[in-house]
Amino acid sequence: MNIDTIKDGYVIDHITPGNAIKIYRLLNLEKLDCQVALITNAKSKKMKTKDLIKIGQLIDINLDKIAYIDPKATVNIVKKDKIIEKKKLQLPEVLMNVCKCNNPRCITSTERNLDQIFNLTNKKDKVYRCHYCESTLEKDHFID
Amino acid sequence: MTKEKTKNLIDIRDLSTKEIDDLIKVANDIILHKEAYAHKCDGKILATLFFEPSTRTRLSFESAMLRLGGKVLGFSEAASSSTAKGETLADTIETVSGYADIIAMRHPKEGAPMVAAKKSFIPIINAGDGGHNHPTQTLTDLLTISRKKGRLDNLTIGLCGDLKFGRTIHSLISAMVRYKNIKFILISPKELRLPEYITKEVLEKNKVEYIETDSMEEYMKELDILYMTRVQRERFFNEEDYLRLKDYYILDKKKLSTAKKDLCIMHPLPRVNEIATEVDDDDRATYFEQAYNGVYIRMALILKCLEGRE
Repeated sequence: MNIDTIKDGYVIDHITPGNAIKIYRLLNLEKLDCQVALITNAKSKKMKTKDLIKIGQLIDINLDKIAYIDPKATVNIVKKDKIIEKKKLQLPEVLMNVCKCNNPRCITSTERNLDQIFNLTNKKDKVYRCHYCESTLEKDHFID
Repeated sequence: MTKEKTKNLIDIRDLSTKEIDDLIKVANDIILHKEAYAHKCDGKILATLFFEPSTRTRLSFESAMLRLGGKVLGFSEAASSSTAKGETLADTIETVSGYADIIAMRHPKEGAPMVAAKKSFIPIINAGDGGHNHPTQTLTDLLTISRKKGRLDNLTIGLCGDLKFGRTIHSLISAMVRYKNIKFILISPKELRLPEYITKEVLEKNKVEYIETDSMEEYMKELDILYMTRVQRERFFNEEDYLRLKDYYILDKKKLSTAKKDLCIMHPLPRVNEIATEVDDDDRATYFEQAYNGVYIRMALILKCLEGRE
């Protein structure tokens, strides 16, 4: 299977199989006009299989969103056919406007113009809590 | 107006152990020398913004400010505020910041005091936010425990009733874990158990011993404090669940037969059926004294929050 190399853009690599589609949706990549390739279950020496995403344009990317989904992923920045930077990710300490609080009693459910903020309270178990009401972030409760 | 210097009380964890000890010390001094504090807040205004009904907390805040020589203004339900017209909490707070010197706010939404504190130029005191926190009730509880027991450490504390939505319970646990040799007996039906984030991240993290049980009688003889709570109708989305659980525990004289002679029975009030009125005459019933203490600790807190402000 041949996928074109990209001149300027990103290669999001080493994505745990199954997570690429989540990252694709969270970054709203379907709205881009440029080439985007989403590859699942590619062969990998390190991981046996992996997902990867290639984006043919240097758009603004929220790395925290990618790191939240898959902190093991790497982001390669490509300029003029060359990888100029490899970014290793780690679980963000604060998630700002990535996910929304699911607690109907939380102030974020009624107050307008309020940032949705979650703090990492348990790194080992990847537990995030709402900055306001301290409810646990339910899995994949993303802002549309 | 320098927002950075504003002293707020949003969560009991905002206070250090020394600050809590100092507040208790001042409250005890106020109880002994009321007249010495009667003009400490002359010319100051407390705004009581109660977006959710309350009797005790609102009146005790108002009483506290009046006893300090200050004045009070505010509202006692959201319907009589601009919230009913769709105003955001942030706008209400920014406006009231210019009308008063300090705000005591109760709000049904959890985390609302954080939003208020971010906008306010005057101190914000959280007077209860949904099922989340109620730090001034906790200060009241700590003052009561210290006056009755003479200590805040080496205590076995039974918490009984709605431990899931009971904000007074959550705040009390957060405050007590800092003291030595505290053991909690968590008495509740399965549906109303303490949220996992408190058992894991507060109790277990601080290596505090606790037992979860649905039996009130089983550990009665071990308790130094029995803290009863009401199952709150307003926290349920389903009326059937409320009706099924509301009278799950009723403390009466018979159940107290195995309890220690110096047990301290507490309740944040209002009670419904969870403590039979026959218990009121028992020397161990402390809940009305606890309610009176609320005024004095709030006086101490208002003084602390206004300290150093023009």
